[in-house]
Amino acid sequence: MVSQKRIDEVTGTETTGHVWDGDLMELNKPLPRWWLHVFYACIAWAFGYWLVYPAWPTLTDYTKGFLGHSQRSAVAKDVAMAKAAQDQYRAAIAKTPIADIKKNPELFEFARDGGAAIFGDNCAPCHGRGAQGAVGYPNLNDDDWLWGGDLENIQTTITHGIRSGDPKTRDTAMPRFGLDKILEPAQIRDVANYVRSLSHLNVDAAAASRGAAIFADNCAACHGPDGKGNTDIGAPNLTDAIWLYGSSQEAVMRSIETGRGGMMPAWTGRLDPVSIEMVALYVHSLGGGKPEPEKTAPAEAPK
Amino acid sequence: MTMLDGPNKFIVDNGSGEAKPNNAPIQTSIYASHKKIYPKEAHGTFRNIKWAVTAITLGIYYMLPWIRWHRGPGLPDQAFLLDFANQRLLFGPIEIWAQEFYYVTGALVLSALCLFLVTAIAGRMWCGYACPQTVWTDLMIAVERFWQGDRNARLRLDQNGWSFEKLWKKTATHISWVLIALATGGALVFYFRDAPTLAVELATGTAPPVAYVFLGIFTLTTYLLGGIAREQVCIYMCPWPRIQGAMLDRDSLFISYRDVRGEPRGSHKRDESWEGRGDCIDCKACVAVCPTGIDIRNGAQLECIQCALCIDACNEIMDRIGRPRELIAYTTAANLECATKGPRDGWRIVRPRTILYSILITAIGGLMLWSLLNRADTQVSVAPDRNPLFVLLSDGGLRNGYTVKIANKLQSTRHFRIAISGLPGARLQFIEFDNQDPVMDVAPAEVRAVKFFVSLNPSARKEIKGESTPMTITVTDIADGKSTSRSTTFSGPVP
Repeated sequence: MVSQKRIDEVTGTETTGHVWDGDLMELNKPLPRWWLHVFYACIAWAFGYWLVYPAWPTLTDYTKGFLGHSQRSAVAKDVAMAKAAQDQYRAAIAKTPIADIKKNPELFEFARDGGAAIFGDNCAPCHGRGAQGAVGYPNLNDDDWLWGGDLENIQTTITHGIRSGDPKTRDTAMPRFGLDKILEPAQIRDVANYVRSLSHLNVDAAAASRGAAIFADNCAACHGPDGKGNTDIGAPNLTDAIWLYGSSQEAVMRSIETGRGGMMPAWTGRLDPVSIEMVALYVHSLGGGKPEPEKTAPAEAPK
Repeated sequence: MTMLDGPNKFIVDNGSGEAKPNNAPIQTSIYASHKKIYPKEAHGTFRNIKWAVTAITLGIYYMLPWIRWHRGPGLPDQAFLLDFANQRLLFGPIEIWAQEFYYVTGALVLSALCLFLVTAIAGRMWCGYACPQTVWTDLMIAVERFWQGDRNARLRLDQNGWSFEKLWKKTATHISWVLIALATGGALVFYFRDAPTLAVELATGTAPPVAYVFLGIFTLTTYLLGGIAREQVCIYMCPWPRIQGAMLDRDSLFISYRDVRGEPRGSHKRDESWEGRGDCIDCKACVAVCPTGIDIRNGAQLECIQCALCIDACNEIMDRIGRPRELIAYTTAANLECATKGPRDGWRIVRPRTILYSILITAIGGLMLWSLLNRADTQVSVAPDRNPLFVLLSDGGLRNGYTVKIANKLQSTRHFRIAISGLPGARLQFIEFDNQDPVMDVAPAEVRAVKFFVSLNPSARKEIKGESTPMTITVTDIADGKSTSRSTTFSGPVP
């Protein structure tokens, strides 16, 4: 209880007793009764909430509420609705050959957007959010493909993986020239110099010329006599500007010593075929995708 | 000066019809029960102005959605439409898209500044005349007066027990209020959907559920706020009265009892001398007409919405007793201080505050008008890929990706081409098209996103310097040749 009521002289109304700036006081006026009743009604409303919505923890569970509402089921319902809305597109993708999807702009857009989302969930951990790759993980934006960059090949790679243990996986192994003592360290240094010279990097010319013969004997079978690689067996092109494991002398020597042999999981079973098709379309549309083999690429006149 | 009735005692209207202010000083408890106000009808200049304003504002409110505006096929022929379904606002010839919402922001800023200007010059004009709460409350009180009679009749009706007469009068009043509320909510939903169409839908029960929901909400709130809560909205819910202190200054108009002329107050008998006494005869006519139930003679108060009805009431009395009008009048603080004879000697309208508001209003209004008149019918935005910033190609060339969004604001399909400049030797490659220079169709009132790549071969790459090269992307409408350009950059590795 307030022992002494402070009364404002001008209005004769009680004040709250707080003073600001020496003379500024707040009148203690009553609340309107309806205001107070609205406040009580809000409290009563809360009791209603406890009854109809999940509210109170019990020792092992919680009160479920009469409405049977749960955020998980609400999300599940929303997801189901979203899936249902996608069904017509997915059915159309399943029916259409992958090369023809681009002819239907609406379907192509759906496949690309959906593919981007699936890519972010499943592929981005290795290949990066923008598919930019990293050392040992291919950049999917560029035009350099170990196993071919047309839609069919990308789809096959995603479906069965590379060295993944899947029965139909793409699997070749470069010999471990160093670890298995196939080549001497000096030979490896020479052949690395030669390989780097193919893409016009600065090399020790003498070592490179020594390496040419070693290359022809040991490497040309897979990488081709001119080092252009072979996408049928996943043999990298050694003459271009793109190096999966780096282009330094040390990195190239290490590749020759160990054979590298990167691995990509097979996605069949983890992703449904339509999802795989969508990811393939997305990856192909990142700019490095190659035209289908039966078409011929338009000749580009270099400026 | 104190007028204490003892602790925790409230002033109760004793039914004699004598008007007392409802915010008289009292000792407080935690709450006060609502004391119903029975405003008496006022007659005079300001009452007539208020009727006129009510008629005009309600007229605009009810008529606006029904004004037609021919826009052509596929568009609603409604002059004023808040088309949320298609994310656009239509005002006659102006069509505002969601991404141009800054026009709405500008309109709101402009409204606020106009409110500031009016308040600085003439006080709470908005509250007293134009505020929807005031207009609808006025309407509801008029309806109540129509069924139940004026102040004294209503007081008697409320104090007597229930009778058949009371029952039908109250019922008629509330039914009328609900009908007005229904008309109010009904009028509002027409702003969001083509009015004639929606009217038929509402009547036949085929309107979208959301229309019925909002109709219900606005009906309920109009009935509650206009019919039941009335002055409580202004006193307890609205922030505007609290902001007055900052808006008004010594030269702003406000309604005041001019105590220089009125005091000492007291009753006056016919033929008594007016010497040595004030003109106020303490008849409480000003309190009886007040819609917020206060006594204006206590000075400026938060509850006063400055509706000027007390001026009318007092002038009527002054005419009757043969004293000059304007004992209660629109005056200014400066004027009250110098206690001149007239209520508004030397009313200064032009002062720094009003000059500043006027300049701001002119500037913002001018800016909005200028940008409306110069609105492009094509909007282009360019977003370079950021992840990865650039891609190294197998031949040693470089590639960047760009997404260009083309918004077609016209009501016809248009065809665009994209070209780049500032990057010698660059080659374009579109994802959705096989050729290098495709024609893109953009549907009416649509935004189309086009993804393409710009590549430099190794020799062209040697021509650029540094990590970032400025370039320009130009989008051209092939029908009229008008083009829109956007600057962007071509990224590359650190040299």
